[in-house]
Amino acid sequence: MIRFALPLGIFVLMVGLLGYGLRLDPKIVPSPLIDKPAPAFSLSTLEDPSRQLSTVDMAGQVWVLNVWASWCVSCRAEHEVIKSLASRNLVTVVGLNYKDDPGDATRWLKQLGNPYATSVVDRDGRVGIDWGVYGVPETFVIGADGMIKYKHIGPVTHESLEQKIMPILRELLS
Amino acid sequence: MKPLLLFILLGICWIPAQAAIEAYEFDSPQMEADYNQLINELRCLVCQNQNLSGSNAELAQDLRRETYQMLQQGKSQQEVVDFMVARYGDFVLYRPQFKASTYLLWLGPFLLLLVVLFVVIRRLRAAQKPVEVDTAALDNARQLLERNEPRP
Repeated sequence: MIRFALPLGIFVLMVGLLGYGLRLDPKIVPSPLIDKPAPAFSLSTLEDPSRQLSTVDMAGQVWVLNVWASWCVSCRAEHEVIKSLASRNLVTVVGLNYKDDPGDATRWLKQLGNPYATSVVDRDGRVGIDWGVYGVPETFVIGADGMIKYKHIGPVTHESLEQKIMPILRELLS
Repeated sequence: MKPLLLFILLGICWIPAQAAIEAYEFDSPQMEADYNQLINELRCLVCQNQNLSGSNAELAQDLRRETYQMLQQGKSQQEVVDFMVARYGDFVLYRPQFKASTYLLWLGPFLLLLVVLFVVIRRLRAAQKPVEVDTAALDNARQLLERNEPRP
């Protein structure tokens, strides 16, 4: 009996593990920054290059950082969702304009609408590296304690906004 | 003639596998070697099955520049690796570190080899063990064979 049970058991175990592996998305790499302090930056804003916004200005409040660029097609896809999030006036949504031309970026916002309280310009992607950005768009939720609570890789859909991001925001705000 | 032809053919087939195109200048050959080793062992997260040296994605270019700048500032290889891991996680390493969460990864194959060796040795021993023979029955059988009675 054991002669058949053992190979069968190993087979079932392997099918189970491989099946689980198939369902994982290899493009989504868990960020080591979760529950770590948000990497500091001080960047000039897109609206007014003479004005700077830094992470210190955001201390003490729950906020969302959305990494976007005018050359990024998926950003266009998620834009309505970001607008929906911003229109709820729950949290400050800051845009990180990643490796973009400020002229293109301004036009893009004019055309599609601007949900961001402000957008900061990361022209050379140096701040993006600090935040571990590798696939624009990316969205971070930062708590009042200055810690990164959640990272969403790829376009935010209405579904992921309601099911993943909103519950985290509600918990942080309560 | 033939060796020459072979030589030319080999020359055509040999296309350098590296896509890195930036011309960085290094202070020392050691730094250049460190740089090349790092960009070969760090993964590009955009095209995930390529390392930094093989990828020409924008992020790979940026991370090569970052690696170069850190080495120029006198940072060690380990410091560059720590910098990348802090931002992108262990996945950025093609050669994972040896730590609690990767013990199984590093030691698993040897563990499996030990298990297989154990099973094989046990089987071989079992095969070598002399078979217990019932001497009385053997004698009886021999007698029967030797009796050699003429057939009726």
